[in-house]
Amino acid sequence: MHQEAAIREPLILGEKTYGEITDDVMASVVGKASKSWWIAFGISAVMALWGVGCILYLLGTGVGTWGLNKTVGWAWDITNFVWWVGIGHAGTLISAVLLLFRQKWRMAINRSAEAMTIFAVMMAAVWPGIHMGRIWLAYFVFPLPNQFGSLWVNFNSPLLWDVFAISTYFSVSLVFWYIGLIPDFATIRDKVTQAVPKKVYSLLSFGWTGNAKAWNRFEEISLVLAGLATPLVFSVHSIVSMDFATSVIPGWHTTIFPPYFVSGAVFSGFAMVQTLLIIMRKVMHLENYITRKHIEYMNIVIIVTGSIVGVAYLTELFISWYSGVEYEAYAFINRATGPYWWAYWAMMTCNVISPQVFWFKKLRTNIMFTFFMSIVVNIGMWFERFVIIVTSLHRDYLPSSWTMFHPTFVDIGCFIGTIGIFFVLFLLFARFFPVLPLNELKTILKSSGEQYKTKVEEH
Amino acid sequence: MTDNKTIYATYDDDMVLLAGAKELVSNGVYIRDVFSPFPIHGLDPVIGIKQTRLAICAFIYGLIGLTLALCGMYYFMIVDWPMNIGGKPNDFFYQNIPAFVPISFEFTVLLAAHGMALTYFIRNWTLPGVKPRNPYPYTTDDKFVMEIHPSDSGITVDELTEKLKTTGSILIEER
Repeated sequence: MHQEAAIREPLILGEKTYGEITDDVMASVVGKASKSWWIAFGISAVMALWGVGCILYLLGTGVGTWGLNKTVGWAWDITNFVWWVGIGHAGTLISAVLLLFRQKWRMAINRSAEAMTIFAVMMAAVWPGIHMGRIWLAYFVFPLPNQFGSLWVNFNSPLLWDVFAISTYFSVSLVFWYIGLIPDFATIRDKVTQAVPKKVYSLLSFGWTGNAKAWNRFEEISLVLAGLATPLVFSVHSIVSMDFATSVIPGWHTTIFPPYFVSGAVFSGFAMVQTLLIIMRKVMHLENYITRKHIEYMNIVIIVTGSIVGVAYLTELFISWYSGVEYEAYAFINRATGPYWWAYWAMMTCNVISPQVFWFKKLRTNIMFTFFMSIVVNIGMWFERFVIIVTSLHRDYLPSSWTMFHPTFVDIGCFIGTIGIFFVLFLLFARFFPVLPLNELKTILKSSGEQYKTKVEEH
Repeated sequence: MTDNKTIYATYDDDMVLLAGAKELVSNGVYIRDVFSPFPIHGLDPVIGIKQTRLAICAFIYGLIGLTLALCGMYYFMIVDWPMNIGGKPNDFFYQNIPAFVPISFEFTVLLAAHGMALTYFIRNWTLPGVKPRNPYPYTTDDKFVMEIHPSDSGITVDELTEKLKTTGSILIEER
């Protein structure tokens, strides 16, 4: 059996038995939804409907309803795309990279973090889709034989790499998540008494039996999929960054982009996990599983990745001067002192300065403060993408075409809409799915559970 | 007397079951299967379950993915419709290899992961609509069950029940 040092803080608090873990997680599935759930669901649904309306209006009328112009051809759309993809990085990082590193604390959070990843990547995929203008021609991004002679998609283009990267990342994350869910669906199936839920969970659990050979295969596939998903996590945002880095726009044309984007993605992903889980553990009474220690661990990841992002910002700034390229230097001077100075300094404050407060143990173990900081980081990371995209474009090589970007109500509506859809999906997940991986948590109960730890200490 | 009876022995602790299984096996009892709510580490070698070969399958699927991606890109970009992008060399496959790395990697992972997942579902026979085969509903919650056919090891039901009682089983049932 796996042994753990007694001085490590327990990961499961309270005197839990295997059965109680099941009951605690099942409570939300079998019980009635609370009032706060309905309020949150209602607000999210209204936001989602507004967004869907804006998207339909956009598709019916054209991309001209956004505030894009000839100079600023990418603005909120691609900002939102990169923001959502970034958020979608924490889930698979937690469940794959931390699995390979044998970090047991991932077990309380990986299920919901991965759900978040899947929903965030779905929201990300909306943006390039509607940005095409004619979404009904979206199948053109795939290398399909077509009626225009043998014209193929360009395999040398990072935009096409992105198509492959995002679709692979999404589908592999989905399968990884679902394979982990199956034994837990089986637990619910065998526990619920009402007829309809029993039918639904029977279908979802694929007839899982839990015999020894199945578990042997389960552990193998979890490990191999984690191994496959780990380079995937790093490749996806590297490729997203190449959409920018391989162009010749000052401010985009830098080799630092791939690692800088990946750490930024992990940074914002963990912030979003904090935002969601701090509320979820309270509303669903999961404080014994998602403990203060878990929140502290995540804050440590935030401070590490936040510092990497900070170093990247400063390196970029330094290199723009050191390279001796006037255009490059101007792009950065313009970011900090030009008409978009407020976006640049919002980004700097939220991403570089504020995470440094987590060096203080008092602050990184303070739950309310962590929640506040997670929102700050989310805002900061949105501004990072806005700064990279809009401030690099709005003053191009030709001063006569210099302009500003003004979002229209459709820009804002579509963005709010994706936030709404994301929360609708997450709330449905929290209501009907096992939000903690039961089968994994039960394996660490004896090594990391509180009552077993105290027993070890007594002897 | 040996017959086709099946004995199900329930335990309420994974470690008790593991110790019991070791004892039974050393006494020559063949354990058909164990049902548990989570993987019991160290059980597989005791009851004679071999390590799965799923990982080898994944490797083969990955190789297929890599080959398909490279062949596809060779055909699309070099043979069928070479594109002149800013005058960059595109006459030969090797000149374009660096640009083909990301998609080769992604496609390898795509096929390896999905191929492995499909094989996993079929080998486990876990597919939508399949009926679960666990003997008691509590094996997915907090109990652990051994399935033993006394005829496998040539002993009688009574002999087996006697042996099981010493291992700390909380319920022994015959079906």
